[in-house]
Amino acid sequence: MRNGPTWFNVTSLVLGFSFLYLPIVLLVIFSFNESRLVTVWGGFSTKWYGELFQNQQLLDAAWVTLKVAFLSASIATVLGTMAALVLVRSGRFVGRSLFSGMIFAPLVMPEVILGLSLLLLFVAMDQARGFWTVMIAHTTFAMCYVAVVVQSRLVGFDKSVEEAAEDLGCPPAKTFFQITLPIIFPGVIAGWMLAFTLSLDDLVIASFTTGPGATTLPMKIYSQVRLGVTPEINAVCTILVGLVTIGVIAASLVTKRQQVQRERDERLAFGPH
Amino acid sequence: MSIGPVRRDFTPWEDPSAIPFIEFRNVTKRFGDFVAVKNLSLKVYEREFFALLGGSGCGKTTLMRMLAGFENPSEGQILLDGQDLAGVPPFRRPTNMMFQSYALFPHMSVEANIAFGLKQDNIAKTEIDARVKEMLRLTKLEAFAKRKPHQLSGGQRQRVALARSLAKRPKVLLLDEPLGALDRKLREETQFELMNLQEELKMTFLIVTHDQEEAMTVADRIAVMDAGEIVQVSTPAEIYETPSCKFVADFIGDINLIEATVLEKHAGGTRLQASDPEFLIDTDQQTAATEGEQVWFALRPEKVRINHGSPSGESVNQSKALVWDIAYMGDVSIFHSRLSESKTMRSTVANVTRTVEQPISWDDEVTLSWERNAGVILTS
Repeated sequence: MRNGPTWFNVTSLVLGFSFLYLPIVLLVIFSFNESRLVTVWGGFSTKWYGELFQNQQLLDAAWVTLKVAFLSASIATVLGTMAALVLVRSGRFVGRSLFSGMIFAPLVMPEVILGLSLLLLFVAMDQARGFWTVMIAHTTFAMCYVAVVVQSRLVGFDKSVEEAAEDLGCPPAKTFFQITLPIIFPGVIAGWMLAFTLSLDDLVIASFTTGPGATTLPMKIYSQVRLGVTPEINAVCTILVGLVTIGVIAASLVTKRQQVQRERDERLAFGPH
Repeated sequence: MSIGPVRRDFTPWEDPSAIPFIEFRNVTKRFGDFVAVKNLSLKVYEREFFALLGGSGCGKTTLMRMLAGFENPSEGQILLDGQDLAGVPPFRRPTNMMFQSYALFPHMSVEANIAFGLKQDNIAKTEIDARVKEMLRLTKLEAFAKRKPHQLSGGQRQRVALARSLAKRPKVLLLDEPLGALDRKLREETQFELMNLQEELKMTFLIVTHDQEEAMTVADRIAVMDAGEIVQVSTPAEIYETPSCKFVADFIGDINLIEATVLEKHAGGTRLQASDPEFLIDTDQQTAATEGEQVWFALRPEKVRINHGSPSGESVNQSKALVWDIAYMGDVSIFHSRLSESKTMRSTVANVTRTVEQPISWDDEVTLSWERNAGVILTS
């Protein structure tokens, strides 16, 4: 078989990447547009980034979003990890299949329905909507993602490792923090990051459950875009794209380094000695 | 240090006044409808190297896990050093276990793995360091102290698991198929290391294994288990030479089982009539079976002599046979000889010279013979 760029391969590659990245590239390019008109190129400028940091409304929204994402991801990670532990560890108990079905339902449930039901709940509880309700709503829908990620890590976990710790005199709670948690930690961190990202870009559920004074960034962007796309929005989005890219690259670099380290260790261990 | 004299005089199970160190009293364990252990009683003595031997699913692992505290008996009592273990959680029991999968802590170094148990007991750091060092020396792991488990070979991991379970100097060390994952050579070496360690540390070892050679090599006494019950408890030699029933005879080593009826019981022993083909067997053994009762005569292959012509001695048992198959194993040759159309008898002959040409060959007419005390009568 001939290995090299064929017309077919090149075309597929160009088409694929264009579909994926052309809109983002355009957005990035136009964020550096001098002109106020979004679709007309008026020369290179970074002035919209400067204006962005003058725009208190956008900055507030960003700050709210980060706080919500951080808190909800953290709580969702704790709850999701606990749910995963129960599902994997407790063996058979009455209602196990019901519980496991229910914890994964939000994965496929339309966000609109989830948002609406949460709204109804908060109204019924006579709860003033705002920062905390958004945070709780995000925790609710993110914890099932965490449970899925942590569960996959737990399934490959040798239970006798925990038994060994208890056998050596370590009480169960201490065993969890000294043995189980460190071993499943990569899964827990991955779950947290997933929950953080999900919360960061959620629009639907936040719209349903928020109240005055707690506008998240996606909501702000959406409402501004309805009035017309401004270069400022392009700038915000470019920063978000930049942050996500850095995050993804950093995560893959860390994984890669661990892999290399591990392989080197194994060569050392199994080599001649 | 020679362990011979110590081992030779070590027979606490024959002393009725000896106090058992571990005692199972009428222990039953059920998992739903399945009965893993059935009304089992067993006594193990201090400093004994005791083996639980049986096929998979015979309940041996369940029995050990109940002693470690990972399972609770459905009925009955387990006592260790006089203390009833009911309600004592695993982390408070004075036993330590070496797991079949080794169950090393993957995120800790070899040193930290070994120190883990000691750290649970609020022991001074200098003392912990000294004990870890001693364990590393005992298991020849000094060079690997800083390594993580995934950087070790299978044999090294096995030694870390052993060092970790020994570090707390438990009253009883439980070994769950400890050598299953090692290759044959390493396994044999490790068996002898285990015996020496047990002698040096003066501890009680309880090993679970399905490998009869392993059990016979390391243990003072063996309990052969089947379907949740103990079939026989004895020393390796007694189990091999005087099995209590067909199951034990068949499970341990090779055996020829001959169906027979009791013809005559007299002061000098018993005369049996084999049924297929019909020939007489004389033994020194007295049997509980009554005359005319159906029994089995069990004969180990190495106790059967194979000759051309008649063997010397009048009182010797013998039967004509035809050599059917020969398996040359190097150290021994195994002859399968046909007594009748349906009955074959195995006999092993040690190859004491280097002659490649065997004096006995396929289809030879031979006489199989054995002494009066070579076999054992089994009634069940």
